[in-house]
Amino acid sequence: MIKVTFIASDGRTFPVEIGEGLTAREAALFNDVPGIDGDCGGQCACATCHVLVDPAWIDQVGRLAEDSMEADLLQFAEGTTAQSRLACQVKLDARLDGIVLHVPEQQY
Amino acid sequence: MTTLTISPDQDSAELSRFVAGIPLAEIDVSRPSLFQSDKIGAFFERLRREDPVHYCAESSYGPYWSITRYDDIMAVDTNHKVYSSEAKLGGIAIQDMHSDQSNLELEMFIAMDQPKHDAQRKAVTPAVAPSNLLLLEPVIRERAGAILDALPVGEEIDWVKSVSVELTTMTLATLFDFPWDERARLTRWSDVTTAIPGAGIVDSFEQRREELIECAMYFKGLWDQRTDQPGGTDLISMMANSPATRDMPFLEFLGNLLLLIVGGNDTTRNSISGGVLALNRHPDQYDKLRRDPALIGSMVPEIIRWQTPLTHMRRTALEDSEIGGKRIAKGEKVVMWYLSGNRDETAIEQPEEFIIDRKNPRQHLSFGYGIHRCMGNRLAELQLRIIWEEIQKRFHFVEVVGEPERLLSNLVRGITRLPVKLHAH
Repeated sequence: MIKVTFIASDGRTFPVEIGEGLTAREAALFNDVPGIDGDCGGQCACATCHVLVDPAWIDQVGRLAEDSMEADLLQFAEGTTAQSRLACQVKLDARLDGIVLHVPEQQY
Repeated sequence: MTTLTISPDQDSAELSRFVAGIPLAEIDVSRPSLFQSDKIGAFFERLRREDPVHYCAESSYGPYWSITRYDDIMAVDTNHKVYSSEAKLGGIAIQDMHSDQSNLELEMFIAMDQPKHDAQRKAVTPAVAPSNLLLLEPVIRERAGAILDALPVGEEIDWVKSVSVELTTMTLATLFDFPWDERARLTRWSDVTTAIPGAGIVDSFEQRREELIECAMYFKGLWDQRTDQPGGTDLISMMANSPATRDMPFLEFLGNLLLLIVGGNDTTRNSISGGVLALNRHPDQYDKLRRDPALIGSMVPEIIRWQTPLTHMRRTALEDSEIGGKRIAKGEKVVMWYLSGNRDETAIEQPEEFIIDRKNPRQHLSFGYGIHRCMGNRLAELQLRIIWEEIQKRFHFVEVVGEPERLLSNLVRGITRLPVKLHAH
């Protein structure tokens, strides 16, 4: 199991566990973490699972790739930063055990 | 082509048998009368089963491909590098844009490809971002309540005219901070934008052009008043004071304004009417709602799926490609039938049923997916949520007391008349 901590915009923390190989979107939705919608079903098609990767973890996760569908979609989201990713594109493996993800105030 | 005569009282089994007898190659789902009579579902059902990526060689709109399954629609919608929205190639609807020289060649980002689409969409997106909409919520709620309070209880009224049109116009006026007494102009401009000359709204392209230029001039007046007054939370103030949008060329200024007007008008109007119809046809769900008004949260996306206010979006193939095993040639017209995808049993459980507490109610195609996904989706949901919260406070039952009348259109799935009687608590 991989440990993931989601931190809401109001500071509440949601520590959850999820099987290796699943995504951060699934970690949120399967554990009822509020603030992640994931409308499209995890197909990188809607940008409603936007998260801000904690600065301590962004290098392990990797930054948004230019010219990717993920970047195309995230440019229209609210409150993006250099740490923005779509949770459906963050696949959880052993390297990411303990990762911290911040949930933005609103999904677009 | 076979001439189809469908009688209005045909039952669904009879209709299915009738549709099953048509040669596949002769099926043309673009005929507006099929949507007006609400018989289109039987045609889509057959295509999904037997020929989900279907070629129609002859239609009033020329040859076109129909994409009818959820997954195939998703694949086209998210592949904007191959399937173009560009107005000059035909644009975003089965009816080609920019095909008539006498027409105004409006520039709106919904009918653009990257990179221009991205820059323009980004400029106006903040105006309908959730954080801004929250500021408008109390105003929308108060005005929605006033409209509902003025309705007569126990008398037959037309829900479309008395509520759906009033509420969406009111919300638009609120969003634009538009002069309140003149808000009917917004409805007029919305109708004129999508009007086909001669079909009842305008008589000619020339008349349409004149009215839309009048619209631009009116907004220019509001724009000038609000320039250099930063801090306004209405759409005009935001656009007039944003470095990204304040210097748009005329046809972009007008095109994007009209996109915001139309985008928030017909669609939400028909979802408001569609919700009443859906609850009346599924009385068990209405009971569920009365017992637990908190279900409005999941009922709203279910209404939007069930109604599917825009039946389709169209793309043009930029290169040879393949969808569902069929070869699509460069230049061909590809129509994604959202209305069909939203009834696809391989993607949605019991798709013909209206279920207000579905497990994944937001997984529907009504807003599209990919870079052109509806940017007003949160606004649409906010309006529907407020309206239903206010309806539930006041009325035990919005009873449909006659058959709905539907719009003759293959794009806007519209309800033009819905007779209802209100019952108080």
